[in-house]
Amino acid sequence: MERVEFISERSVINRETGLREETMMLNMGPQHPATHGVLRVVLYLDGEMVVKAVPHIGYLHRGIEKLCEHITYQQCLPYTDRMDYLASICNNIGYILAVEKLLGIEDEIPERAKTAEVILFELGRIESHLVGIGTNALDLGAMSAFLYCFKERERIYEILETVCGARLTTSYPRVGGLPLDLPDDFEEKVWNFLKIFPKTLTEVDKLLTRNRIWIDRTKGVAFISGEDAVDLGLTGPTLRGSGVPYDVRKAMPYLGYENYDFEVPVATDGDTYSRYLCRLEEMHQSLKIIEQALNNLPDGPYAADLPDVVLPEKQLTYTRMESLIRHFVLVYEGFKPPAGEVQHAVENPKGELAYYLVSDGSGKPYRMRVRGPSFVNMQALPQIVQGSLVADVIAAIGSLDIVLGEIDR
Amino acid sequence: MSFDLASTIETLEGSFPGSITGTVEYRGETTVLVDKKDIAGICRTLKDSFGFTFLAELTAVDYLEVKTPRFEMVYYLHRFGPEYDENVRVKLKAAVTEDDPKIDSVTPVWKGADWLEREVYDMFGIEFTGHPDPRRILMPEDYEPFPLRKDFDVRNREASKLSFERALDQDAE
Amino acid sequence: MGVNTNSILGGDGFLTTTIEAFANWGRKNSLWPMPFGTACCAIEMMGVFASRFDLSRFGAEVARFSPRQADLMIVSGTITYKMASVCRRIYEQMPEPKWVIAMGSCTCGGGPFDSYAVVQGIDEFLPVDVYVGGCPPRPEALIDAVMKIQKKIDMEGAPVV
Repeated sequence: MERVEFISERSVINRETGLREETMMLNMGPQHPATHGVLRVVLYLDGEMVVKAVPHIGYLHRGIEKLCEHITYQQCLPYTDRMDYLASICNNIGYILAVEKLLGIEDEIPERAKTAEVILFELGRIESHLVGIGTNALDLGAMSAFLYCFKERERIYEILETVCGARLTTSYPRVGGLPLDLPDDFEEKVWNFLKIFPKTLTEVDKLLTRNRIWIDRTKGVAFISGEDAVDLGLTGPTLRGSGVPYDVRKAMPYLGYENYDFEVPVATDGDTYSRYLCRLEEMHQSLKIIEQALNNLPDGPYAADLPDVVLPEKQLTYTRMESLIRHFVLVYEGFKPPAGEVQHAVENPKGELAYYLVSDGSGKPYRMRVRGPSFVNMQALPQIVQGSLVADVIAAIGSLDIVLGEIDR
Repeated sequence: MSFDLASTIETLEGSFPGSITGTVEYRGETTVLVDKKDIAGICRTLKDSFGFTFLAELTAVDYLEVKTPRFEMVYYLHRFGPEYDENVRVKLKAAVTEDDPKIDSVTPVWKGADWLEREVYDMFGIEFTGHPDPRRILMPEDYEPFPLRKDFDVRNREASKLSFERALDQDAE
Repeated sequence: MGVNTNSILGGDGFLTTTIEAFANWGRKNSLWPMPFGTACCAIEMMGVFASRFDLSRFGAEVARFSPRQADLMIVSGTITYKMASVCRRIYEQMPEPKWVIAMGSCTCGGGPFDSYAVVQGIDEFLPVDVYVGGCPPRPEALIDAVMKIQKKIDMEGAPVV
């Protein structure tokens, strides 16, 4: 860990008062309850006011991009879970779509798989926004909102557990579709969730949206203008809270999002309160999308009919030699996309998540690059907290909704 | 689509003669191969005159022994259309040699390139002239190798252990 | 107090005073955990502290983020070499008696990340009392780990460093 000097700049003598002044360095160290992970922010203070803030990251850098160069495309999938671990299913789907684009098989994915992926993606969005709002509220003292949000998260965990067996790190979809058919009680569980969840959302709304304390702590705090936000490369609710209506689902649609009827909430004030309102409304819109998708969930195959890419059915591998060989080759060597490179972007709950894949014709990616939205969003921190109080730094970090797994990879 | 990408590239070829070495179309993406000496100028023109205000991605790839020059910088620029479905994304690629791993920084053009370029320096060792804060970002400050280069073994933890021991010694002081 | 030590310890044959047994009983039922959460396991740990799998049923209600006020450090999430010196420093700031739970595969042995930046198990620089495998472990597994710590406190008392 690098040493940081206690006195940032040389002390200067204030001409008016004749006193020697210097800024104080305060280290919000990597281990801190309100930094949403291992983030270190070095604050230089003039009294209670922040003169300069320097974020230091890299305390969770695990080398995922390098590790993925040594394993097959399908084996990279569990690593993508662990980047944005608050909405793992969204990361998974984004990666699978990028590999499918690299292979050129986007048109052959069956409708059932696509619709199921939309439902899971939107559940992931709700999951992530619950943590975003919950932890933002917890940092500012509203503990009840945090507990309500986590209670609802448990319901989503239950749905994910029936689908893929894991609560948090799902690793569910496969290139070409889904690995198994959706369980029989999946639709019923999601319908139940759709009935119960709006009540909790209204409760959180009542607790926070017109709460005097919440408004005082978040209105006007951590402001960024739309133009600055675009220049910095911000995406997601952080950008839409400043008035720029960019949403990858509408701009570069994937998975059939052009067929769903939903709106993208945009707020204009550019402060913490606006971002909070964006996230809250996005959850309502996600419920709308899930309802439409559930009504249109078709029966049919759950994976594409592509012998070079999709594993054969397990029963066949026990009885037929060709299926066994195909299974073996696909697992051991992996499918081999043609040499080339693609980028595919999805609208992660935190912003635009883009995977850049370079293939050299072999079964392993030559380069897998992940553009994590939190990494780029974090750059805004020095600008938005300059001139504000130390307590506002906490609100600002919470409103950027960062997750260190994605920043550091 | 009301935005014509092909004519934009032609205009660029006119303004920066000899720098645009080719275009590639693959899986619906347009790639423009540029010479690294004019990258800042091309990016500035694309942002100011053609509206590519959003830098979507900035990264590098190491093509050790697969092709020369060794490194390739990849930039994805994005233009918001007035209507939702008129968004345009274009990719720029600039080759960087191993002997002279330097390229102009595009941080003066988009502030968002700041950390992305720091990460490329940290992982590949490519230096960006004109970058306001050229330090490592993900690895510790005193780390020496460049991890994402192809000649660095993924399990090589020696440099990390050294940095850890130095940090423990500093703490003990 | 008039307690029969044999009945508390189950006739294990340990000779201990009643005061130590009483102190152990107090310590195990009021563990103050310090959540040292870095990655995905931290979210499951937050789930354990939340309302469904309530850890405060076991007395570990007061989650103190300051090491000087805690006695159980739950290290959850991947520890990289950059973070390891911080982790060691925090551990040394905790007062005795203290215990460490290594939660998740990454802390037990590096997990899926066999790479240039990840410590392959925090027992390289910290003494660990209970290892919990899983990626991430279910909240019930973490509660089981806390119960094992409680049992360990009963049997051994304060650990000798």
